Amino acid sequence: MDIRKELEKRILVIDGAMGTMIQRYKLKEEDYRGERFKNWPSDLKGNNDLLCITQPNIITEIHKQYLDAGADILETNTFSSTSIAMADYKMQELAYELNVAAAQCARKAIEASGKQAWVAGSIGPLNKTLSLSPDVNNPGFRSVTFDEVATAYYEQVKGLVDGGVDLLLIETIFDTLNAKAAIFAIKKYFRDTKKEILPLMISGTITDASGRTLSGQTLEAFYDSVIHAHPLSIGLNCALGAKEMRPHIEELSKISACYISAYPNAGLPNAMGEYDEQPEDTAHFIEDWAKEGWVNIVGGCCGTTPDHIKHIADEVKNLQPRALPIIETEFSH
Amino acid sequence: MNTIKPYLRLSGLEPLTLRPETNFVNIGERTNITGSKKFERLIKEKKYEEALSVARQQVENGAQIIDVNMDDALLDGVKEMTTFLNLLQSEPDIAKVPIMIDSSKFEIIEAGLKCVQGKCIVNSISMKEGEQKFIEQAIICQSYGAAVIVMAFDEQGQADTKERKVAICKRAYDILTQQVGFDPQDIIFDPNIFAIATGLEEHNNYAVDFIEATIEIKQLMPLTKVSGGVSNLSFSFRGNDHVREAMHSVFLYYAIKAGMDMGIVNAGQLVVYDEIEPELRNLCEDVILNRNNDNNEATEKLIAFAEKVKAKGKVIVKDETWRNAPVEERLKHSLVNGITDYIDTDTEEARLKYPKPLDVIEGPLMDGMNVVGDLFGSGKMFLPQVVKSARVMKKSVAWLTPFIEEEKKNNPVAKGKVPKVLLATVKGDVHDIGKNIVGVVLGCNGYDIVDLGVMVPADKLLDAAEKENADIVGVSGLITPSLDEMAHVAHEMKRRNMKQPLLIGGATTSKIHTAVKIAPQYDNGVLHVLDASRSVTAVTNLLSKDKEDFLQKTKVEYDKVRQQFLNKNKKELITYKDAIAAKEHFDWKNYTPTKPKVDGVKVIKSFDLSDIAKYIDWSPFFIAWEMPGRYPQILSDKVYGKEATKLFNDAQKMVQQIVAEKWFDADAVIGFWPALSNGADTITLETDKGEVNLESLRQQLKKAPGQASYSLADFVCPKDEIHNGTTDYMGAFAVAIHNAHKHIEKFAAQNDDYNKILVQVLGDRFVEAFAECLHEKVRKEYWGYAKDEILDNQQLIGEEYKGIRPAPGYPACPEHTEKTKLFALMNVTENTGIILTENFAMSPPAAICGWYFGHPQSHYFGLGKIDRDQLEDYAKRKGMSIEEAERWLSPVLQ
Repeated sequence: MDIRKELEKRILVIDGAMGTMIQRYKLKEEDYRGERFKNWPSDLKGNNDLLCITQPNIITEIHKQYLDAGADILETNTFSSTSIAMADYKMQELAYELNVAAAQCARKAIEASGKQAWVAGSIGPLNKTLSLSPDVNNPGFRSVTFDEVATAYYEQVKGLVDGGVDLLLIETIFDTLNAKAAIFAIKKYFRDTKKEILPLMISGTITDASGRTLSGQTLEAFYDSVIHAHPLSIGLNCALGAKEMRPHIEELSKISACYISAYPNAGLPNAMGEYDEQPEDTAHFIEDWAKEGWVNIVGGCCGTTPDHIKHIADEVKNLQPRALPIIETEFSH
Repeated sequence: MNTIKPYLRLSGLEPLTLRPETNFVNIGERTNITGSKKFERLIKEKKYEEALSVARQQVENGAQIIDVNMDDALLDGVKEMTTFLNLLQSEPDIAKVPIMIDSSKFEIIEAGLKCVQGKCIVNSISMKEGEQKFIEQAIICQSYGAAVIVMAFDEQGQADTKERKVAICKRAYDILTQQVGFDPQDIIFDPNIFAIATGLEEHNNYAVDFIEATIEIKQLMPLTKVSGGVSNLSFSFRGNDHVREAMHSVFLYYAIKAGMDMGIVNAGQLVVYDEIEPELRNLCEDVILNRNNDNNEATEKLIAFAEKVKAKGKVIVKDETWRNAPVEERLKHSLVNGITDYIDTDTEEARLKYPKPLDVIEGPLMDGMNVVGDLFGSGKMFLPQVVKSARVMKKSVAWLTPFIEEEKKNNPVAKGKVPKVLLATVKGDVHDIGKNIVGVVLGCNGYDIVDLGVMVPADKLLDAAEKENADIVGVSGLITPSLDEMAHVAHEMKRRNMKQPLLIGGATTSKIHTAVKIAPQYDNGVLHVLDASRSVTAVTNLLSKDKEDFLQKTKVEYDKVRQQFLNKNKKELITYKDAIAAKEHFDWKNYTPTKPKVDGVKVIKSFDLSDIAKYIDWSPFFIAWEMPGRYPQILSDKVYGKEATKLFNDAQKMVQQIVAEKWFDADAVIGFWPALSNGADTITLETDKGEVNLESLRQQLKKAPGQASYSLADFVCPKDEIHNGTTDYMGAFAVAIHNAHKHIEKFAAQNDDYNKILVQVLGDRFVEAFAECLHEKVRKEYWGYAKDEILDNQQLIGEEYKGIRPAPGYPACPEHTEKTKLFALMNVTENTGIILTENFAMSPPAAICGWYFGHPQSHYFGLGKIDRDQLEDYAKRKGMSIEEAERWLSPVLQ
């Protein structure tokens, strides 16, 4: 089904945190390794993306819980499934396979549920940045090149598409140049393969009190820098919770030519590192945005659970989505 | 309804939107090698910092876009473009504006596009090599999201007349919008500004051609923009800036009226049209508009005028009032604004003012960095600026370093070694951006940084700290589980008797968490560092002579924070009623309880010790000997391996002796009864002496939604869910290893402490192994619910079997008095010789008792804190007074 048609009718709900749910399984090193990687040379505990291969049932089960809670869009468990991010676990060779496996976990959950939902291939920000030097003595230094990043993303996109995703989602962008490399790779992938271009969602993250991305851009500068991708939606996720996200979502809804997505954390982690914003609280913030007519796709990021998603879905069910603005193609006088 | 206007939207760190009402946009031209001798020299001499100052000056002078060009036959253009743009990205006051990437070589343009996060302008592409190439390059520019300048240039050459300019631009426009899919507003035309007043008559109308072409282009293609390189115009007046500036101003006055949107200009050298002396202005107008110019008349007049006036040097006006402030203020200003221009002079002045060079660092420089930290903390500065401040700091420190060295030479008592700081991202965490920043900021301040990277296990980290003889250890992490790992690092530091202070940093860390969870683990200094800018102050304090004072103050502060936290942030509890409602649900409908083979109580005397020995879990054995690490890896451990192996061999020998010579006597009793729960926290056993109620406690901590509140009672089928005529079951056990004391006393008498401790520790291991061994027999045989279970010792240790054996007094059931019931149910004292003391401890010490739950999903858990409502209910259930219940439950009572 065409997601654009659905977006015209209602606010769609994207799922919540994967990591938070995986934590509940209290998996041990051996669980992460499974049979296949039992002799892998580096520690694998914490490599959540790997679970798509070693514990696919758990990942599918989590997807399933989010579907049951009312999610319309499932994110694949591929936040770090690039050759660059996987290098921490010496698993760069597995990047393609991880993406295929993750897409299939999400597909499987949808098939099993018999529900109408879309799989969004999650493309994370990488642990290396193109705009910031890790060495202050040498501010011109970069630990990775644009070409390396684009190549890694290309491989991820290939895996996601081959695995059967419906959408692509570049998310938690804190360095816009990394995102631009992802956009570059996506454009190239669809040019090379001549496949039907999948709708793209773009989601940045505002990390500090100054209202900028980590790489220093204001929200509008960020928007201007990525809108050439002609995305289905643009939005914000993660970082500050819903409360702090509000003015940014408002601003974005004013300037954006495409649909707006917003999936905040369950507040900020408390001093003990736990997220304690309750589902009804998160949902209340989001309901407010929906009533203002600012959003089209809503959900949760770190710390949110199926319960949060359920509350969010209930709150926005009967609210009107933000209508796409009129795109003028000439100066009105 | 919301509308989106078709504006050209560019960006650096900040947006630049060109609206119809936007005034002319100045594009800085001084960072162009082909146009600026100075910039060319700086790049060739690799003086990048000064080259950046050229860019900064332009922005300060009002350039809204910066044009960067590295075209030079002697330079590697790709490399220079990359280097310069990467450097420029870390200068927020320059990077805030969009970049125009300027080159005649497309590979240099593409290299530039790979360095800039904002929306750039490519300067330029054209059809000079045909349509095919033009389309290819346009697609690439579009893939990077850049706007493009299209030069009025085709296969025949650069357009000079109005007609050709317009025709070429229209052709390019059609290709870009129809074939490539460019948005019209992302297209900027450069209809070529050529030099006028050259003496050649055919050049005289060039300015007019440009102006008229602009008018027509904007009529034909209203969303596009027009730009141009203005200084070309006055090329023939090189060396006479006064005339050139006037020409530029007059030209722009007319071109902008015609619709020119932006131009490459020397932003610092534009005079205001109205301020130009009338004579010169008139001459310029004649030349530019090609008026009164028959036989180059106007040209000649302007040349004559130019020779008359001497080039008047102009002072660049810039707000430099801060230079009049005292040196401390100036240093602070430079740090906060990231200005390196005066830092050497100011540092020198401060050095002469203060008694010692180090005082400059610890005084004004530190004060400045603290201001930076405060501004960052309050969102008034952002990260790239802080990094820049750190660089200013570094320059200043570099100036002082030779003097500090000199002083050290003259003063041999001064410490000779550079303080060393060890940094790592903790195990399980791969985030290191913040840690890297701390590393460089500290590095700038003269500390020796040893960075161990990411996912560093505590032992590796602390081994390195000892080996490197680090002065300070810093750990960082971003994800929440890293917090526990940090506490573990602190714990290990204490265990190793380390002396270095421990710094805690990273996005999820906090002063409160550090004070509550980490600081109590380690006595020699734990300090939370809020952000990179504060790390310098922290480290400086920790290495100064006032270290002890500082640590003491920190400790007092953290104690207070901790106390406040414990008082104020009591764990949020739910009511006991809600907790019961949130009980764990099992699928009882499809559950068939297994009737135990043993009915009632079974006594096991003098169990085979060699059987028990097979079940020994050796890891706790080594922990008892304070050798951390898991068996068998510990045997090959770098530090402990040799001793561990020796110890293990001795232990093995003693185990053989224990078994062969029957040093110990292993007795046990087990029992099973029909059991049902009441749906809450009471389990009722059906014994031959009647019903016995066991009382459980239930978690009351507020949990994430959907998470159950655990109680042991949930593992037994509730009365009202059991199939008619059937029942569920549970069991109990008590095991003891007797006679160990005889051998302990024997070795003590021989003053053989080693063997005394060895036999004592082995006694504990034997009783644990006995419980494990017996549990397996219970599962497979005596109860028999898992007849086919096959697990090796490692899996047993990993508790991978079904069912649990929680012991009263331990986390799932911390209330000790329930042991009385267990002892009575199985006549434990009579059957095994275990005596229960009045405080419910057991003698011999090598004894364990506990309950058996057989449900496949039963699991261990910790009770956590409970509230008074449960206490009252529990007292009632147990028939105790509130006071007595309070006494037994005080450790778990909120």
